[in-house]
Amino acid sequence: MTAYIIRRILMLFPVLFGMSVLVFSIIYLIPGNPAQIMLGQRATPEAIAEVEKQLGLDQPFYIQYFDYVGNLLTGDLGTSIKTKGAVAAELFPHLLATVELTIVAMTIAIFIGVNAGIISAWLHNTIADYAVMVFALVGVSMPVFWLGLMEQYIFAVELSWLPSTSRTNALTDVNPITHLYLIDTLIQGEYAQFKDVLRHIILPSVALATIPMAIIARITRSSMLDVMKSDYIRTARAKGVKGFIVVYKHSLRNAVIPVMTVIGLQAGLLLGGAILTETIFGWPGLGRYIYDAIQARDYPVIQSGILVVATIFVFINLIVDLLYAVVDPRIKYN
Amino acid sequence: MTKRSWLLMLLMLVFLSAAVVGCSGGEDDEPNNSEDSGETDDSGDTTDDSDSGDDESDSSSDDGNSDEAAAGGNTLVYARGGDSTSLDPITTTEGEAFRVTENIFEGLVTYAVDSTEVVPSLAKDWKVSDDGLTYTFELEEGVTFHDGTDFTADDVVYNFERWMNGDAEKYPYYTMFGGFKGDENHVIKEVTAEDDYTVKFTLNHPQATFIKNLAMSPFGMASPEALEEKGEDFMSSPVGTGPFKFEEWKREEQIVLVKNENYWQDGLPKLDKVIYTVIPDNSARLNALKTGDVHVVDGVNPSEVSSIEEDPNLKVLERPSMNVGYMGFTFGRDNPLQDVKVRRALSHAVPKEQLIDAFYYGQAQPAKTYMPPSVAGYNDEIEDYEYDPEKAKQLLAEAGYENGFEFDLMYMPVARPYIPEGQKIAEVLQSSFAEIGVTANIDTIDWGTYLEEASSGQYDAFLLGWTGDNGDADNFLHTLLGIGSGSNYTGYENEEMNDLLLEAQRITDEEQRIELYKQAQEILHEEAPWIPLVHSTPVVAVSANVSGYTPHPTGSEAVTHVELSK
Repeated sequence: MTAYIIRRILMLFPVLFGMSVLVFSIIYLIPGNPAQIMLGQRATPEAIAEVEKQLGLDQPFYIQYFDYVGNLLTGDLGTSIKTKGAVAAELFPHLLATVELTIVAMTIAIFIGVNAGIISAWLHNTIADYAVMVFALVGVSMPVFWLGLMEQYIFAVELSWLPSTSRTNALTDVNPITHLYLIDTLIQGEYAQFKDVLRHIILPSVALATIPMAIIARITRSSMLDVMKSDYIRTARAKGVKGFIVVYKHSLRNAVIPVMTVIGLQAGLLLGGAILTETIFGWPGLGRYIYDAIQARDYPVIQSGILVVATIFVFINLIVDLLYAVVDPRIKYN
Repeated sequence: MTKRSWLLMLLMLVFLSAAVVGCSGGEDDEPNNSEDSGETDDSGDTTDDSDSGDDESDSSSDDGNSDEAAAGGNTLVYARGGDSTSLDPITTTEGEAFRVTENIFEGLVTYAVDSTEVVPSLAKDWKVSDDGLTYTFELEEGVTFHDGTDFTADDVVYNFERWMNGDAEKYPYYTMFGGFKGDENHVIKEVTAEDDYTVKFTLNHPQATFIKNLAMSPFGMASPEALEEKGEDFMSSPVGTGPFKFEEWKREEQIVLVKNENYWQDGLPKLDKVIYTVIPDNSARLNALKTGDVHVVDGVNPSEVSSIEEDPNLKVLERPSMNVGYMGFTFGRDNPLQDVKVRRALSHAVPKEQLIDAFYYGQAQPAKTYMPPSVAGYNDEIEDYEYDPEKAKQLLAEAGYENGFEFDLMYMPVARPYIPEGQKIAEVLQSSFAEIGVTANIDTIDWGTYLEEASSGQYDAFLLGWTGDNGDADNFLHTLLGIGSGSNYTGYENEEMNDLLLEAQRITDEEQRIELYKQAQEILHEEAPWIPLVHSTPVVAVSANVSGYTPHPTGSEAVTHVELSK
């Protein structure tokens, strides 16, 4: 097991190396000059040339790349061209904002998605099954930005139940410790703030949860259907085990492996790809941070942002792989 | 099995409790929330006091919160589309930065609240020598920086020395004052402190816009002590003399400013706190205004204006127009657009009124010349190329293109007040040109590349625009069409007109200058290097209880006079 984990972590390096070369090359090949963007419409060509020189952009591509990697090895994620601040320090709060949103969204997606899938398989070919599948289809097809705006319109503007944007009320000043506001407010015993933060996270996390929820429901259903047709389930039923136990105990455990794979992939996707949700709900997360950096051709932020997302993605998949063994003792890593 | 089911149970618990707290919060808060919006919309602090038991239970749990609730009565929340990049105004040209720094910093002079007329600020009076080479400013006494140090003439010298010795990467100072120290065209020879409260500027050559330039947002006075102490960090924790002090900046989230209790102008500012928050999506931002989460939103889609006007809890404020949106023809390329008859023909083919109805919802006026009417020197005698496809065809035939021709028209990938929907506007232009037999191939590319390629003359024609910096005609005509100007994207070069503009830069007699600018516009009208499209009126939407807010033509303004009424 330990050897396996070490091997997987070592595999991270070629993955990240490939990733960084790829990102670096793409940015290098597409047009768009950070100096021009920094200086804006007023820039003179001389000023642009001067700034390029200062940023090292007049150097050949591979030198820029090695400079960057050299810094990475010392733990330096670079300095933002746009804000001139250290990327590592700027990235961290954004990352945690996204992590918080992702955890809540995935919790919703897993809880509802898995149960809906189970019910759908259990009551195969009934109205309930069809209903779940129709909802899942709608969920997969619904554009997130539209869903987000509709949520805002209904629950914030019309009903005034929940706030429409941001992580907190502008007047609530959360003192960040972990940058996971739900946890920060609890640790500090700021229950009113906790409630405020929770109210703010509901709409964006529901919007974000929709697609993974639908995908999880569909995978759970098909996986459960396979398992529930197998002999041992028939035997269990024949022995008179209750339906609920058969489904949730006997079947789910064997059906859960593909579901876990999908959950891992979806969680990884949400971490890097929540840009639309983050934009609509004014959520200061990682997706928006990287997106803004792309707009501004802020190379160091783009590189490091993508590397961080890639690293997390790899780790989530590692964790999922390890969980397989926990769920199914027949799986061994040697 | 046990491990997994524990995990599932835990997840379930977390989710259920979240749902329960969330829902109950939602329900209790329904009345509270509408009071919240009441608080922002029409009632102010009184509701705070009378707030229901629900809020008491909140505030009893911690002191900080009740303080905030009290402060909430006089806190303005301002939502905008993007975060600032820097809060040291000299380091940037970006409007989102100035919107905030206008509250923190003050220059020697400033603009009147609703126009670009120059009025006193940190300098209460100034004298200009007859040759236009010496400016002597008399400073306000008793002004202190937010760090407690006194503001004196030496601080003015310090700030100018800092900027004049900079470079293009650090400070866009050079765009307004002809370069940096030692550069050939640099305007300022030296800045000296005559005594504690008198500063003298000696210029290398007269600059007609000198005093207007000084009023611009970038040239706010920073505390030398804080600059020394903070170094690079100054741009994220600025110290000036303005009505509000910087408190906190959470990137991409919010910037918090608090009242400067020692502000030198009595009775100002009226707010205790201002929070600039970021909501990138236009519709989401407007939603936040409707729910009462914020008090002011900018970047309102023109199409939303009528719905805001119908809402009794909201108000629409118009920003006086000081911009121009245009379609530019690139010079020095091998295409039929080099022929002035062709350019005039295309000018006759553009239905400006139709564009305004369709994309500006009336929040714009058609542009007939190269600068907006609000700027002195506007030539109202110019008659626009009227919309007349027949005449356009005739002109094309005269130029030898009766069968039309093809060209590439690029449109902006970003929305600006003067071109809110680049693609759709380009599509209308495309179909208008098609009517006279000319094929425009429309396309776009990312913003940075767009500016770069447009300025290096790689497009046949393109859409672009400009919002004035200092309210002077020079900032439109010379900046956008002068020879060698970095923002002359068309590459248009006309010696005769350029000479008029250069002359106008160096004389100080306003009457004469206006005359020169009017002549320059006549030449431009004949030559048609652009099709000027519109002067738009950007709007700001506010809650009905916000008063004293006056959007400034330059696009950024301090909220010194803003009040939240009860």
